[in-house]
Amino acid sequence: MANTILLGTRKGLVVYRRKANRWKVDRVHFTGFPVTLADRDEQGSWWALLDHGHWGCKLHRSDDEGETWTEFAGPAFSEGDETKPGKPATVKYLWAFAAGGATYPNRIWVGTEPGGLFLSEDRGATFSLVRSLWDYPGRAEQWFGGGRDDAGIHSILVDPRDNDHIHIGISCAGVFSSPDSGKTWQVKNKGLRADFLPDPDTEVGHDPHLLVRSQQHPDVLWQQNHCGIFRSTDNGNNWQEISQTDGPARFGFAIAADPADPLAAWVVPADSDAIRVAMELALCVSSTHGGGRTWVAHRDGLPQVQAFDIAYRHALDYRNGELVFGTTTGNCYHSANRGAQWTCLHSNLPMIHSVRFV
Amino acid sequence: MPTIRFTSALSRFFPDLGQTALPGSTVAELLQGAETQFPGLRRYLLDDQGALRQHVNIFVNGERIQDRDRLSDALAERDEVFILQALSGG
Repeated sequence: MANTILLGTRKGLVVYRRKANRWKVDRVHFTGFPVTLADRDEQGSWWALLDHGHWGCKLHRSDDEGETWTEFAGPAFSEGDETKPGKPATVKYLWAFAAGGATYPNRIWVGTEPGGLFLSEDRGATFSLVRSLWDYPGRAEQWFGGGRDDAGIHSILVDPRDNDHIHIGISCAGVFSSPDSGKTWQVKNKGLRADFLPDPDTEVGHDPHLLVRSQQHPDVLWQQNHCGIFRSTDNGNNWQEISQTDGPARFGFAIAADPADPLAAWVVPADSDAIRVAMELALCVSSTHGGGRTWVAHRDGLPQVQAFDIAYRHALDYRNGELVFGTTTGNCYHSANRGAQWTCLHSNLPMIHSVRFV
Repeated sequence: MPTIRFTSALSRFFPDLGQTALPGSTVAELLQGAETQFPGLRRYLLDDQGALRQHVNIFVNGERIQDRDRLSDALAERDEVFILQALSGG
């Protein structure tokens, strides 16, 4: 059972602790600064990805659960790197974090906007750009921003069976995978649709909002996409759309998978691309326990009137039957029974960027 | 030597930051010297390509510098350089 939740918010890192079966705010770190993502690695260190705005993006690590933090300069492009011809590349946003897996205990992957994948082999002290992806043919022409100015990498999955095998999600380009720790890349968009392009079946140009894996069934991948919800049972080689045709589970940003049950996942539906609020201003979490063949909308404990909330892509997490999600309007909800019922932990937080059980 | 002053907002990250006289015939050289004294400072002020971050301003004797990309603005012996954050955000 996880007894700590890390919330990355627009105004700091909020740490919840469970004591006597009640969740309470324990501490706030980096007060006033946007924390775009907070997570824990397999060695137990906490990581906070910050966007100072004025002063750029910073990366912080704590080896003692927040008692002390070490700041690292974080990823940076090199002099002469260009997002597009004539447009100098500079890191605008740290958008994805992943530890390297058991094979590579010192390895950290970070994804940025613009769409750089950066690799650290020394636990964050230094990073290098994964040049093979940055130089991938067509990047400058075919990748583009979705909601942000430039394309960005928001998802990094390390295969638990083979830590050299990684998948990344790029908005907008799609899903790419590398079997060799980023030396070579393959596009994995087969079965996706890009309804916002003249050719919805384009090879590159898709908008996965988040990519997750059923960790104990590693060939099963899920994605909440701009154009629906998709699932793969062959490690991303082919995707099948599983959007609900007669209910809310269709558009949104966040998705969480049950590590143990390859048929179970949760999403936080939003109305639509054009209207980014809870559907009919009534907040719900939808779950499937059938691999997306059927969906159930859970509303018990969630506001059903005047709810403008949506959940950002990293702001939903699942652990051992519990779920937690945070919203753009500063509400944080927790469920102890797989989403059937919800309790509001907090209702006046800043905009919530990420939530993680740790 | 030119003197350099900083917005108090930076003191949260660099507690010892204060008005300092440093050698330098350009703003870029001055910041190089400041980096030696306050390691990590340049990354707070400059982006990956060495240009002044979008929401940071540098004034020399009250005038905004001209070259935000290469910081080539010339400095004289008694110049006063002030580094401020722009007004932005919410």
